[in-house]
Amino acid sequence: MITGIFTFLIIFAVIGSILYGQKLIKTEKSDAVFGNPERAKGGIHWVIVGTSFLLFTWLYYSWDIAKSFYPKSANELCQVAKVNESLLSLKYLFPIEERSHKSTALIKRENINISDKIIEIQNSPDLKNQVKEKFVNLLNKTRQTIPLLTNEKYLEIETKNTINELTNRIKQLTEDFPKDNYPPPLSEEEENKRIEATKKQLGWGATGMEVPPLPESKVGLKFHTAAQELNSISDEFFAMRNHHPEYLRLLNEIRDEIKEYRNSLNDDQEIETTYIKEIKKLGQRIEYESVFPPNTLDEMEKAIRVFDKVQKKEQGATRIKDMLLFPGGTIVASGPTCAEDGPGRWLPKPSDTFRIFGDLLKPSVGFKMIPMIWYEMMGVNRIVGFLLPNWIADIMPGKYPVHTSDGTVEPNFKSKVLDVVTGEFEAFKIPVPTGHIWDSFLRVFLGLTLGIILGVPLGLFMGLNRFAKGFFDPLVELYRPVPPLAWAPLVITVFGIDNVGKVFLLFMVSFSIMIISARAGASGTQLSKIHAAHSLGASRWQILRNVIFPNSLPEILTGVRVAVGMCWGTLVAAEFLAGTTGIGFVENVARKYMQYEVIWITIFVMGMLGLLFDVTIRKIIDKTIPWRGKG
Amino acid sequence: MSDLVSQNVNMIFKSLKGETVHALKDISFTLKKGELLTVLGPSGCGKTTLLNIAAGFLRPTSGTITLGGKEINGPGLERGMVFQQGALFEWLTVNENVNFGLRMKKEDPVKTAKKVEEWLDIVGLQGFGNTPTYQLSGGMQQRVALARCLINDPDLILMDEPLGALDALTREKMQSLVLKIWKETGKTIILITHSVEEALLLGERAYVMAPRPGRIHKEYKLPFASLGLKEDLREIKNNKEFVTKREEILSMIWDMEEEIMGKENLG
Repeated sequence: MITGIFTFLIIFAVIGSILYGQKLIKTEKSDAVFGNPERAKGGIHWVIVGTSFLLFTWLYYSWDIAKSFYPKSANELCQVAKVNESLLSLKYLFPIEERSHKSTALIKRENINISDKIIEIQNSPDLKNQVKEKFVNLLNKTRQTIPLLTNEKYLEIETKNTINELTNRIKQLTEDFPKDNYPPPLSEEEENKRIEATKKQLGWGATGMEVPPLPESKVGLKFHTAAQELNSISDEFFAMRNHHPEYLRLLNEIRDEIKEYRNSLNDDQEIETTYIKEIKKLGQRIEYESVFPPNTLDEMEKAIRVFDKVQKKEQGATRIKDMLLFPGGTIVASGPTCAEDGPGRWLPKPSDTFRIFGDLLKPSVGFKMIPMIWYEMMGVNRIVGFLLPNWIADIMPGKYPVHTSDGTVEPNFKSKVLDVVTGEFEAFKIPVPTGHIWDSFLRVFLGLTLGIILGVPLGLFMGLNRFAKGFFDPLVELYRPVPPLAWAPLVITVFGIDNVGKVFLLFMVSFSIMIISARAGASGTQLSKIHAAHSLGASRWQILRNVIFPNSLPEILTGVRVAVGMCWGTLVAAEFLAGTTGIGFVENVARKYMQYEVIWITIFVMGMLGLLFDVTIRKIIDKTIPWRGKG
Repeated sequence: MSDLVSQNVNMIFKSLKGETVHALKDISFTLKKGELLTVLGPSGCGKTTLLNIAAGFLRPTSGTITLGGKEINGPGLERGMVFQQGALFEWLTVNENVNFGLRMKKEDPVKTAKKVEEWLDIVGLQGFGNTPTYQLSGGMQQRVALARCLINDPDLILMDEPLGALDALTREKMQSLVLKIWKETGKTIILITHSVEEALLLGERAYVMAPRPGRIHKEYKLPFASLGLKEDLREIKNNKEFVTKREEILSMIWDMEEEIMGKENLG
């Protein structure tokens, strides 16, 4: 429904924007000069068109348009798929979708297998000649069983009758299938039961990618019944064995010989055991394969071809829907269930995606019982306890209280201080943010802040001092070129899978970037500015604080911008590796359970947050260093 | 007695390759308080090195340079400097640039603000106090640089091609401003320039320096600076004596340049 409205809105937006664009071209003073950058200015309406195309592509390729306009189409296609699936095993017998008859292909392959095995045995250095002769003899006998299967002389009447019967059933189905009264009506009780069952099944896409398997329409029921009939025909066909007594006699002879030989073998004759097992397997394969004399199945092939044509014709509108609304794929059946196969499988439908996004954002649902982003009430005492180090209590004068003889403990000043620094006191609560998104954000923020606080001074120092440059350069240059993710396993093992490990990893990322940018900023300061500051009576510290630092700010802030991007990318990957919260964790879990909607939602959230970071920093840069590039 | 006295100042640079460059050789001169000295010369003659030594950014290899009897061995407030590009702190406003020195000394902000206003008046920047310096034109930036230097009340002002990057018209205005300030404050000024006209117009004395090794080639005593305070600068430029001197110095510098070129071609 919503998708339907959206589809029309998109079409209107595109047409409207194109008309508006045409009008603009007509009314504007036209600038005939190609290459004038002025011509690229404006054009919000083309943004609308671009966005609309993206949305439309998404709606179309995820089959959401099909779902919105023809919600029953998947169910019908499921029934068609069932017929195709049932027909497939029968079709494989004939050169319909294959190049040769199944029997031909089988015989060809088995002959090759036997010949190969004979050559292998004759060339084997581990076998005695006597044994070789025996094995070759057995293989030749196995080969002799094939003509007993392919000669019409050995085709039994019973087998012939079964084939005829099955062929007639296919012909009957072909005849009945297009009729209006197919399938024959069920008894009232059975029909009610069937309807009950269809009502119970969920809608298309409700559980992610499942398609309701029970037929919900008349056409669907037709195909469903035909598929059942075809299944029964093919089951019966493949249960049938073309085994003439002559064939069975030869087979038993071979088996007895093999058995006799195996009994004569000792435990240590492993090579012989292996070979004899393989020879037995070759015979068994031929036994279970449906090999028939040539032309025996010609009638059946014709019947199947006719039926295939008829069922394709009967698909009618369903077939057109399949072609138009299910681009790049279709619904496939596997036994009683159906599934989407194609972009519909990995490209979630917008309608489902938004619904699941809405669910994820609900603080009570979230993901793995943790909301995406919400708040929780936290006592101020916990925050104080977290911020103040416990050793403050240790350095207070006095001693911690000792219990008295009547079994109580009197608190003193020192123990009271300990209560404060460990957060064990009553306090009011304040709301603090929580959730996957907040956790990811906080990690980036902490890692970045640490990197800036430590990296900028060190970078400035390295830019101004030969000793600092030389001393710290090896350290930085040895760890920096290593991709941060290569450090992740080590850092996470040492510092734990929780926040400390990730924050440290991000600190490593931002630290090196901040050092490099601050260093470039410091060493890029014009000498005349420093001279000027000197002759104006500034001290070293004042020059650093008032000249070199502000002069390096453009480089430092550019470094921050780069570091944010790097940190964000590293964080998500680090959360993939280990952890229990965070947006990368969500995506990793969703991947395990093939929750495509959630995967796409996390991708979207990450993109938006990355964009938010970058825009924020760009705003800060514009505010703090308006002189950039104008000095 | 705050004369600038230079005695046998030598400056020898050594490059990493081991080549030595004799940038200054036996420079001796005395600059009396309140004098305006202009220094001219082809590029590479050591003008800027001399100025940097006077400012205290460089230490001479030998010889001494004293101001008011005290040897110069580091930058100090009593010697203000104005650079070619202004070397303003572009992240600060005009006010913040001008009061930079006083702020570094942590002087009373109220007094400082008053002083800044006075100096902005003198250099003709009334009302620009809160403008960020990167929004100013080149001439205005040089005015800020002048004010920033003068507000510290230095005994000696060192100007390193302060007007070199300005267009002709602005340059002329700024020349009048420099003369006016010199007259009103009575400061000792050393002004380095590439322009022969400027050297003649502004200097009471002018040194023409020669390269390799850097030395004072010729000294001129000039009347034009005092004239320039009364007359129009453009009229002075047409003065017959002025034109003769200008041509003389120009051909002198031409010869020096040609000599350098010749040496380089031979080397």
